[in-house]
Amino acid sequence: MSAGTAKIAVTVTDVVKVNELVTRFRFARTDGGLMPTFSGGAHTVVEMNDHGTTRLNPYSLMSDPSDRSAYTISVRRDDAGRGGSLFMHNHVTPGTEMVISNPVNLFALDLRARKHLMIAGGIGITPFLAQIKQLSASNGRFELHYSVRSKALGSYVDELTEHYTQNVHVYYDDQNQAIDLEHLLDGQPLGTHIYVCGPKGMINWVRGKAEELGWPREAVHHEEFLSPASGKPFEVKLAVSNKVITVGEHQSLLEAIEAAGVDAPYLCRGGACGQCETNVIGYDGKFLHNDHWLSDEERASGQKIMPCVSRFEGKTLVLDR
Amino acid sequence: MGLNFKDETFRGDYTFSNSPQQILRFPFPFHEDSYMYSVNMEPHTSNHPGSVYEKRFDVDEHYLSEMRDRAMVLADDPLRCQSLPHMTLAGWDLLELIMVAKSEDYPDLFELHRDGNNWHWINKPMGIEQKFVFLDETTLPYGPMEYITRQTQGDFAVLDQRDDNLWMDAGMVTTQADWSLDFDIGMNFFEWHAPVPKAHEMGIFVRALKFLLNVQQGAPARRLNWTMTVNPLLDTSPENYSKWGVQKQELTAENVGQKMHLRVELQTFYRLPRSNALVFPIRAYLIKMDELVTVPKWGRRFHRVLRDLPVELATYKGFIDNRPKIVEWLSKYDDGAPTSPGVWPDPE
Repeated sequence: MSAGTAKIAVTVTDVVKVNELVTRFRFARTDGGLMPTFSGGAHTVVEMNDHGTTRLNPYSLMSDPSDRSAYTISVRRDDAGRGGSLFMHNHVTPGTEMVISNPVNLFALDLRARKHLMIAGGIGITPFLAQIKQLSASNGRFELHYSVRSKALGSYVDELTEHYTQNVHVYYDDQNQAIDLEHLLDGQPLGTHIYVCGPKGMINWVRGKAEELGWPREAVHHEEFLSPASGKPFEVKLAVSNKVITVGEHQSLLEAIEAAGVDAPYLCRGGACGQCETNVIGYDGKFLHNDHWLSDEERASGQKIMPCVSRFEGKTLVLDR
Repeated sequence: MGLNFKDETFRGDYTFSNSPQQILRFPFPFHEDSYMYSVNMEPHTSNHPGSVYEKRFDVDEHYLSEMRDRAMVLADDPLRCQSLPHMTLAGWDLLELIMVAKSEDYPDLFELHRDGNNWHWINKPMGIEQKFVFLDETTLPYGPMEYITRQTQGDFAVLDQRDDNLWMDAGMVTTQADWSLDFDIGMNFFEWHAPVPKAHEMGIFVRALKFLLNVQQGAPARRLNWTMTVNPLLDTSPENYSKWGVQKQELTAENVGQKMHLRVELQTFYRLPRSNALVFPIRAYLIKMDELVTVPKWGRRFHRVLRDLPVELATYKGFIDNRPKIVEWLSKYDDGAPTSPGVWPDPE
């Protein structure tokens, strides 16, 4: 059973340009029904038919989790990416019919926390927008520290500072403002949980500093979606389905498996959840592991690969799929 | 299916029994003539009309008597129902899931009318009518989880998901096969499964946990588990072992057919939307040996399964001492004929 099978047919109702890089999309059910309620931090996987190439990209849900009329997401344009964000920006308009997955949460609030300390960088703000709405409705205590490049590129800064004046702190790179992380983490009450979403460097910085200051691992949460890296094409034999496939330059191994009509499990498509873990039967070459899932020992063993983000270079690769 | 709710007991004089129609919908768990653990999960989709797999929360002829038994257990021991403070939101999720499912699946028995957060719930079989404000605990006579599970057959473990693990942080547990919510509360998945033999070495729990952590909204899963119970007791809890444990010694070659029951748990798994918790309803179905053997295929197969079951499993499931008597009794219903694949009775 593919874990990503619970799908919702939707129609795009609004496309709003937020700033130079970010556009917001609103999805309502095509059949007119209600969307499932979700929990703040959840994402949906959006299916795109990009001129014959199927793309499935995860985007954090940013709307109010209790608003069942529609979901909204914000997509940052990545001109150097594989094309998913460009497809959304250039080809998706009001009225476009699409298919999205049921919500999946890999960045949930820990509801035991006495206080939620949120640290966001750039487009990493989106899951926090939903979490803040959820916490506000239940009188949860939160504090957001949000780092953006400039006023012009600060998505949702105005909305946040207007509604949550006391809880939101914004830092502008172009004004040389930066989060004073050491003092911030040092001054938190017992029972605080840290959440960080943003560029890889920021996540590593926050996690590293928290560890250095003795924060329990369980109290530090992060979400980082990796985009599958492009790379040289390579050939793979799928032993169970008895097929030989070629993974294209801008295609992930998982996408190539799916394009061959083989049902493979997945959830996050970003190297984090572990669902797509696949056994390697044989190989002659080297793995390009890009996931956050496999341990160093598992990588060294040559027996596992995460096809959503990882690639291969060499003569032969045989997978148990 | 018109339901005829029975007035029966699961204690004292033990008047519980299954009607002929109910026997045919029993979730017989053995798809072949032997049994070993497996991660036997499948999607919890509606199939086999009339079976216990058709509805999301099966309501059957034992509904009212089971709810009466639950109320008696709770009156004696309120700790059978517990919810740690961070699990209240999951309780509301569960209340919504059950009320929506029951009102949609059994519109003649249950009604739910919603106007924003002002909800109106009608449970006709139990004669309950309740107006309340969703997410406002002060408007219900119990917490949301306790309120709805006092009206729903089966036990409920509500599991918080965090740190790549599941935590037994809330539950309503009055019809259990010898485990205790009060003992397990706050434990993680590996801690509460520690007593199970063999499965750890087989890597079952690592794989099962990985599956459960990824159960998605809109895609519930299910599996079956089973054990044996002397007398139709719903409450075989460690708390009351002194009351029911001794009854295992009452089994004789003559009374196996009436006293010995196969106990099958239909375990389902749902992701809860607001809390991201996982709810694990555990619904126990009981069937007497006399009732089971009215389906010839089940009589043959169950004899072979019990006869060949590894000692560790018969010990863990608590019937090693009685196994010879049960197997001897069942052997009369096994003529050695081959059995058809799958769990369902053969067509007449």
